[in-house]
Amino acid sequence: MKGNEVIAEAAIRCGCDGYFGYPITPQSEIMETLMAREPWKETGMVVLQAESEIAAINMVYGAAACGKKAMTSSSSPGLSLKQEGLTYLAGAELPCLVVDVARGGPGLGTIQPAQSDYFQATRGGGHGDYHLLVLAPASVQEMNDFVALGFELAFKYRNPVMILADGVIGQMMEKVRLDDRVPRWSDEDIERISGEWALTGKKNERARHVVTSLELDSYKQEEFNHKLQAKYRRMETEDVRHEELSCDDADYIFVAYGSSARVCQKSVQLCREQGIKAGLFRPITLYPYPRLPLQALARRVKGFLAVEMSAGQMVDDVRLAVNATAPVEHFGRYGGVIPTPDEIVEALKKQIIKA
Amino acid sequence: MSVELKEIIKEENIVYRKTPALTGNVMHYCPGCSHGVVHKLIAEVVEEMGVRDKTIGVSPVGCSVLAYNYIDIDWTEAAHGRAPAVATGISRLHPGKFVFTYQGDGDLASIGTAEVMHACNRGENIVIIFVNNAIYGMTGGQMAPTTLVGQVTSTTPRGRDVKLNGFPMKITELLARLDGTGFVTRQAVHTPPAIRKAKNAIRKAFENTKKDKGTSFIEIVGTCSSGWKMTPVEANRWMVEKMFPEYPLGDIKDI
Repeated sequence: MKGNEVIAEAAIRCGCDGYFGYPITPQSEIMETLMAREPWKETGMVVLQAESEIAAINMVYGAAACGKKAMTSSSSPGLSLKQEGLTYLAGAELPCLVVDVARGGPGLGTIQPAQSDYFQATRGGGHGDYHLLVLAPASVQEMNDFVALGFELAFKYRNPVMILADGVIGQMMEKVRLDDRVPRWSDEDIERISGEWALTGKKNERARHVVTSLELDSYKQEEFNHKLQAKYRRMETEDVRHEELSCDDADYIFVAYGSSARVCQKSVQLCREQGIKAGLFRPITLYPYPRLPLQALARRVKGFLAVEMSAGQMVDDVRLAVNATAPVEHFGRYGGVIPTPDEIVEALKKQIIKA
Repeated sequence: MSVELKEIIKEENIVYRKTPALTGNVMHYCPGCSHGVVHKLIAEVVEEMGVRDKTIGVSPVGCSVLAYNYIDIDWTEAAHGRAPAVATGISRLHPGKFVFTYQGDGDLASIGTAEVMHACNRGENIVIIFVNNAIYGMTGGQMAPTTLVGQVTSTTPRGRDVKLNGFPMKITELLARLDGTGFVTRQAVHTPPAIRKAKNAIRKAFENTKKDKGTSFIEIVGTCSSGWKMTPVEANRWMVEKMFPEYPLGDIKDI
C-alpha cells in the first residue's frame, strides 16, 4: 500500500472519530482514501473536507475539545497555515494527530519531497513556548504504526502529536501489516479518559468545563507555562525513540530520519564494503530529540554526518547533543532533490574523514 | 403605614429572577454595552428549554472572549474568527448537542469571513450569534468591517472613507443568500420589546437545531458606548438613528 493510503486505513482501524482536511499534494490520497472508504458507515468516523487548512485544524480543535480522537493532514505550505491552530491546541492542552507529508519550500516551493519542515515541526511552529511531540516514520509500516501510537501519546500528554513524513514516505508503496480494528470510544470511555475536561455537556453534578488558552493574569500564565515545560521534560524522559544500525563498532555515524535514513542504510553498506566502519543513528522522535544516546556515541566515535533533505535543520540538534565532543557536519540536498547513497559516502569522506 | 422590606421580598411577590444558567460572576462589560443582555437571553433560552447539559458554546476573540465566565454551560474559546470551524468540529461529533458560536463584528465579518461563509454554506446544524456594534471594542475602538461610512474610530480618525476602507459589510444579507442557512434575522436589545423579540429569535434558532433546519444566524445590532465615546443613552439613540437605517431589523430568511 501507499504510505498516504495507510494513514487513512490506520485512522479508521484505530478508532479515530474525525478527520478534517484540505487537499494538497503530496498527501491528498489520505482524504481521498477516507472518502472512498466511507468509514462513517462502518465506525461512525466523520470525514469532512474543510474550506482551508485553517478551518480544518480548527475543526480538529473543536472535536478534540470534546475528548474525541481527531486528526488532520497536510503538506508544508498547509502546515504553515495550521500553525495558528496548533499553538491554540497546545495552549488549551488538547490531544490530536497532525500528519505532515512534507515537500520542498520555501513559498509554494515544489511538490517533491523535502525535510525542511523540521524547524516548524520541532520548535513549536507557532507563537509561544510549546512543542508538539513529533514522530518521523521511515517506512510505510511506520506510517501505520505511528497513527495509533500518535493518538496514544497525544492523550497521554494532552498535547498535539505530529507525524512528520515526506513525499517519499507518503507516495511509496511497501508491504504493511495493518492493525486489528479497535472500536471508537463510547461516551463512557470518554468520560473515563477525559472526563475532567472534555466538553460533554454540563451535568448538574459537575462544574462547567471551559477549554481555553487565555489567562489574563501574567503570573498565572507563567505558572501554566511551568506546567507545560514540566510536560515536555516528562516527554524527554519517557518517550524518546531512536534506532541504531551498525553503530556498535562504528567510527563514523550518519544521523538521519525519515527517507534520508532509508538512503543512509545503503550508504552504511557502501562504506562497510570500502572498509569504512560507518553506522546509522535514526531519531524516531524528533521532539523530544534522542539527545542522550547520541551523546553516549559521541564519546567514542570519530565524527557525525547529519544527512537531511534540507539546508541544515536537524544538524542543530545533533550539535547540541554532541556538544563539541566529536566533529559534526551536515550534508543536504534540498528543494525536492533526494540524495544518492554514493554522494552521501563521498560527503562523509570529504567532510569528516578528510584523509 | 410603613412596610418592612423583608415583608416585600417573598416568593409570591417575585416577578423576575436571574436565570440559574447565568453564573452570577460580575460581568466585565462597560456600562451601556449590549453583550450582557445578549448573554442573559441565551442563558434564559437554554434554561427554559432544559438543554443546559446538551449545550456547548464557542466564545470568540474580542470583548466577549470571557463569555464562558457568565453562562454556566460547557464552553470552548476559539482563535480569532475560527469559531464556526470549531463549532463544526463539535457539532459533527456531537450530533445531538446544541452548539452555538458567539462572535463580534471583527471576529465574524473580518478575520473569520471564510469560516462563517463555509459553515453556513454547509448548513452546519449550529446557531451563530453575531453582535454587531460597528467597532472593535476590546482593542480600543478601531474600524470594523461594519463601521458606518464617516464613522470616527481610532483607525479612521477622520471618519470611514469608502475610497480607503470600502463599505460597511452587510454579512447577514450575504449569509441569507446561501442555501445552507435556514433562519437569518437581525435584532437589537435596546428596548424591552426589542429584547423580547431578540429572545424569541434565539429560542427559534435553538429549536431549529432540534429539527436540523440548517444554520441559524442571528445578528444583534448592539452598542459600544466606550468605543463610540458616548454615554449609554447617547449610544442607544445613535444606534437607532444611524445604524438601523444601514442594518434594518427583522427576519431576512425563515424556511
